[in-house]
Amino acid sequence: MTTTVLRRVNYLNVKYGVASWLLTKDHKRIGILYLIVVAIAFLLGGIFAAAVRIELTTPQGDFVSADTYNALFTMHGVAMVFFVLIPAVPAILGNFAMPLMIGAKDVAFPKINLLSWYVFVIGFVFTLAAMVLGGVDTGWTFYTPYSSVYSSSHVLLTGIGVFIAGFSSILTGLNFAVTIHRMRAPGMTWFRLPLFVWALYATALVQILGTPVIAITILMLAVERGLGFGIFDPRLGGDPVLFQHLFWFYSHPAVYIMILPPMGVISEVIACFSRKSVFGYSFVAFSSLAIAVFGFLVWAHHLFVAGISPYSAMIFSFLSFAVAIPSAVKTFNWTATLYRGAIWWRAPILWVFGFLGLFLIGGLTGLFLASLGLDVHLHDTYFVVAHFHYIMVGGAIMGFFAGLHYWWPKMTGKMFSNSMATLAALLVFVGFNLTFFPQFILGYLGMPRRYHVYSPEFQVLNVLSSAGASILGVGYTLVACYLLHSLWKGEAAGANPWRATGLEWKTESPPIPENFAETPIVNEGAYEYSKREVKVA
Amino acid sequence: MLSGIPLFPEQASTLAPKVDNLYFFVTAVTAFFALLVVVLVTIFAIKYRDRTGEKVGSPIHGSIPLEIGWTIIPFFVAMVIFAWSTIVFFHIVRAPDQALEIYSTGKRWMWRFQHLEGQSEINELHVPLGLPVKVVFTSEDVLHSLYIPAFRVKADAIPGRYSSIWFTPTKAGEHHLFCAEYCGTKHSGMIGKVVVMEPNDYQAWLSGGDLSMSARGEQLFQQLGCVSCHLNNGSGRGPSLAGKYGTQETLANGTTVAVDDRYIRESILTPQMKLVVGYQPLMPTFQGLVNEEGVMSLIEYIKSLPSTGRPAATTQAGAAVQGAAPALAPADGGPR
Ligand code: HEC
Ligand SMILES: [Cu+2]
Ligand SMILES: [Cu+2]
Repeated sequence: MTTTVLRRVNYLNVKYGVASWLLTKDHKRIGILYLIVVAIAFLLGGIFAAAVRIELTTPQGDFVSADTYNALFTMHGVAMVFFVLIPAVPAILGNFAMPLMIGAKDVAFPKINLLSWYVFVIGFVFTLAAMVLGGVDTGWTFYTPYSSVYSSSHVLLTGIGVFIAGFSSILTGLNFAVTIHRMRAPGMTWFRLPLFVWALYATALVQILGTPVIAITILMLAVERGLGFGIFDPRLGGDPVLFQHLFWFYSHPAVYIMILPPMGVISEVIACFSRKSVFGYSFVAFSSLAIAVFGFLVWAHHLFVAGISPYSAMIFSFLSFAVAIPSAVKTFNWTATLYRGAIWWRAPILWVFGFLGLFLIGGLTGLFLASLGLDVHLHDTYFVVAHFHYIMVGGAIMGFFAGLHYWWPKMTGKMFSNSMATLAALLVFVGFNLTFFPQFILGYLGMPRRYHVYSPEFQVLNVLSSAGASILGVGYTLVACYLLHSLWKGEAAGANPWRATGLEWKTESPPIPENFAETPIVNEGAYEYSKREVKVA
Repeated sequence: MLSGIPLFPEQASTLAPKVDNLYFFVTAVTAFFALLVVVLVTIFAIKYRDRTGEKVGSPIHGSIPLEIGWTIIPFFVAMVIFAWSTIVFFHIVRAPDQALEIYSTGKRWMWRFQHLEGQSEINELHVPLGLPVKVVFTSEDVLHSLYIPAFRVKADAIPGRYSSIWFTPTKAGEHHLFCAEYCGTKHSGMIGKVVVMEPNDYQAWLSGGDLSMSARGEQLFQQLGCVSCHLNNGSGRGPSLAGKYGTQETLANGTTVAVDDRYIRESILTPQMKLVVGYQPLMPTFQGLVNEEGVMSLIEYIKSLPSTGRPAATTQAGAAVQGAAPALAPADGGPR
């Protein structure tokens, strides 16, 4: 490659002005647009979480009223699940990096890509409106008949927001699936694809097949709530448990929409910073597909105490154990990748180390909940809260940050402070464990989730948890600070600051609008670090 | 309460040690795998650290035997946990036949318990030490979940359905009782205590109560006019209910159903749904005329009817002078 020429045109400076962004069809710009909206949602969700943690420092309900508390944890969940975790990796990092990684000029349908962002924003606006008008208090799970009949909060408005945002997810999934099928550069065979692309492909399947179900479910909820049709309310002849089946038929696979893409990020970053091919490439690739498929067969593990037959509970328990295996396989392969690597301790891999530790705990505690005999005691307690935060924050958000640090120089052309990033990774790791580890103990002790007021013997552990949350808050704020700072003061990154393989590193940072000056031709696997000395471009 | 951090809940039922042993086993297994990975990652990260970023790693691409090994071994371990936990689960869901039955309804935001002998209580549940107890419950509004951590039992209360939990208390004293399924404003106030008493004390406590459940059911049976159609000799407009409980009923559409709590409840609230063969759809719905507790009392009464002759509950009907107020109390009647 040629050395970077000053003032070269790139996707950021090719045009200026708000309109040039709002009408862009460039996947890289759309990735940035998503980053902005998701960051706002993350900030909001974080503020709600902070309020919840403040309330829980004392057993009494003294900081906010019970109704406010219920609205706070609900809005925390809605903001984080539907507007942060689901879009974060695919819509931000996937949009930005995936076409570059397969050597394409853009996604298959650039206009639809922009449309998905608008759809997402409209969904977010509806949800925000519900929040501003007083919020919603059903829990992010919207269980009936509370949500359909009893709650007097803004269930419909929130439901509409989530419904609309779902279509953005479907459109992104479709776009990515077609892009991966049709737009790969010459020589980029399926088994030369970076594992992040495999993960996005598996995710796209879940997005396309699963998301319509939540849309239908919300529609049914709206019909019952708005028009009084009996679907879930037993007094109208409905079945409240049916809602749970439908809801989790989407929402369990949605967990994989949240975690598969970060898993893909982990593979990229581990390979780059240990200068090695990912151990067992095809096993890692196929485990993503296995997770996507099996993920559809385990939803009723959320219903073990909701009156389903003990025999069907048994089958769902078995399948839930089975779905854990591909994740275990991935973890072992990542560990083995480090073996005899040349590990360069830079910020992205430190986030990966954090991910490994937290995801491991999250995954293993899932086995407790898949165990019927234990789930009866643990269901709806803080154990569950701790478990899914380990997966979704410890796993998905750590993975997202690993990816954000990894591709930040590519996105912005600037380097952030490595020492600050190291400190932030450490703060987040420590803060996270202090926040959520005590919650496992609280859960086994029997503290139910969604409790505004609790029994005094649970206080010490709750105070520890709130203390951890403040460290976590500092950690996240630090990330925002040094990343923003790098935009103005960061050193120029150069095309390939990490000396990584991968097509995205073969073009300039930030990339030119059409990605590559000439279509790249691929003649080797994704992580051929050992074959050749990696050159600095 | 302030003596340090509690780490482990009290074991107060025969189920608790079973659940806890499983918990220790799963904790040990998962801790082993967690440590294995954490130690390996740490060792590799330090041992193979390259400060320059210039070197490349060894050309290792994978190993089929390893892949097979770390697929099969975790699967095998998972199956051991699965088998053990399923055994424990079936223990938790299958109540012994001789268990003492207590009925309960959850509604926003209280638990009401009704003992067969007549005592009823709110947010408190008195049970005898060392005897198996089965609590059968439903909800009058949204979902709730009856959870007693010290006993390691929980089940959702679902409107329109019966759920149950059972336990044999092993520790006298008071234990938490929580609503575990989010149910709105005062979800965290929908709590109470289980009071485990020596069996003798429990008997004494029970006898402080009024009408037994089946006696109350009998009153309702008369007040609501059930008796005018359901004559015990089978000559009424509706079928005789004597000895029906626990049998199989043939329906007009040719199928058969078991006559159990759920079927009787449906017969009272939605009689047209399942018609008994040979009868007209004459029975009116009693939806709104009788509350959940009334339905439970009627079920108890129908259960108590022997296959021939006079109903057993009449023996206690002497106490009926006290009036029917308790069973017919409106759904939101306060503590008594
Ligand atoms: C107007 C007459 C009438 C009254 C009043 C009436 N029933 Fe019925 N009941 C019937 C008839 C007729 C059937 C059979 C057809 C059917 O299944 O609906 C029946 C069926 C039943 C059955 C199912 C019996 C079986 O053999 O499977 C139960 C249980 C029952 N009634 C309970 C009650 C109770 C409790 C009440 C009072 C709250 C009541 N009924 C009041 C007429 C009546
Ligand atoms: Cu799930
Ligand atoms: Cu409740």
